[in-house]
Amino acid sequence: MTMLYEPAIHLQQVSFAVNDKNILKSITGSFPKGKITTLVGPSGAGKTTLLKMCNGLLSPTEGHISINNQPITNYEPTTLRKYVGIALQAAPMIHGTVFDNLALPLVLQGKKLTKQDAIQYLLDVGLDNSFLHRPTNELSGGQRQKVSIARTLINQSSILLLDEITSALDRQSVQDIEALITTINEKYNVTIIWITHNLQQALTIGHYTWVMMGGELIETGESSILRAPSNPRVAEFVQGVNA
Amino acid sequence: MTYTSLSLTLIFVLIPLVLSKTFKLGLEKDTVIATIRSIIQLLAVGYILKFVFDAGSPIYIFLMVALMILAATLNARKKGKGIKGITWKIVFTLVTVEIVTQGVLLGFGIVPTTAQYIIPISGMLIGNSMVLSILFLNRFTAEITSHQNEIELILSLGGTPKQAIHRQLINAIKASMIPTIESQKTIGLVQLPGMMSGQIIGGADPIQAVQFQLLIIFALLTTATLSSIMIGFLSYPVLFNDRLQMLEMK
Repeated sequence: MTMLYEPAIHLQQVSFAVNDKNILKSITGSFPKGKITTLVGPSGAGKTTLLKMCNGLLSPTEGHISINNQPITNYEPTTLRKYVGIALQAAPMIHGTVFDNLALPLVLQGKKLTKQDAIQYLLDVGLDNSFLHRPTNELSGGQRQKVSIARTLINQSSILLLDEITSALDRQSVQDIEALITTINEKYNVTIIWITHNLQQALTIGHYTWVMMGGELIETGESSILRAPSNPRVAEFVQGVNA
Repeated sequence: MTYTSLSLTLIFVLIPLVLSKTFKLGLEKDTVIATIRSIIQLLAVGYILKFVFDAGSPIYIFLMVALMILAATLNARKKGKGIKGITWKIVFTLVTVEIVTQGVLLGFGIVPTTAQYIIPISGMLIGNSMVLSILFLNRFTAEITSHQNEIELILSLGGTPKQAIHRQLINAIKASMIPTIESQKTIGLVQLPGMMSGQIIGGADPIQAVQFQLLIIFALLTTATLSSIMIGFLSYPVLFNDRLQMLEMK
């Protein structure tokens, strides 16, 4: 990737293995500050593992990660995780209502979320205030994803990691969330790293893209590389997805 | 009780053996083993206790209590295999429970400082503490396994390990304590406790037997609370590393 931009996150020969199984293999690359970078690739490519490393939920078994040119290990873990927010793929919820879940990031810091703010976050992701006191176990998959996105926004992180956050949403909701994320990126200069299986989404909202396969970073560059990949494996993958 | 009378109680072993055979339960071997073990173990304990009571030495009392703690630890630790250093955490908990409860009982002169009181009471308290530890560890490991996503979520939002695992910890502590509290609610209504029954059969005044039973059930409340909370708060930190990442339970 061209280094025209200051990196928000830089990975230097990052590998990750569990029980001798290599999940990530010597990945080197940067996510530009204030830009949207999408991560695409087949399932099992190591995309989620990479995202969890950037949030500090996992540590590389080899290599180094830096955030704003500082080693990730220099950050106190709880501070790091507020600075680098993540919306997890499964959209996990704590036991309780939508409000309990929205308030969680602040409750963990000993703060409170006002009802007005909670409603605003819900409206931002396309849910009205009738959802506020609804138990999360009554939500559909798409509604859970929306609540998960809203909850991730509450820490007002400078870097947002989004793991397939629109996979369970209808077409209109996907467009709404894309517009919301784009606005957050443009208005607050938040760096976005977004895992998606939707190549059209990667093309339309991503400034840059990483193509990962089998734990390796195969190709990186501006999102337009997805239209004409130089790597034959990527070309085959893109063709397969578009078929 | 004469040995002839005791022999006749084996009828209560024969009945389940016959029923097991009749209904093909396949429990005959286990029943026989359990019977033989209980006879050998209890007779051995009886002779050891007689020796310790006759000797009256504090060293023997200490060794008996240490042996109880060791046996209880070896039994309870099986349920916490995935928790690093669980053996010493259980030992520390049982020793604390013993010191606190016996400290109150002996320190305030509630019971005499003799082997006849210290050893049986220790046995009941350590035994209960062991059961509580097993119940806690069983529930705690199950809670963690089934709520990994929730724990990871709280960590990912900047929560501490204590915040991340708080609900699972509290659920496990409560679940392990419920049997002790519930059994105390119905004590005397549904069943007469073993110790109290033993004393009454042995010819003791029922009111005095009740007083000792109350002493035990109050002490059991402390052991239950202390055991669950101590094992819980000693165990959860080792499930995370210094980067506040959850470690895999092996």
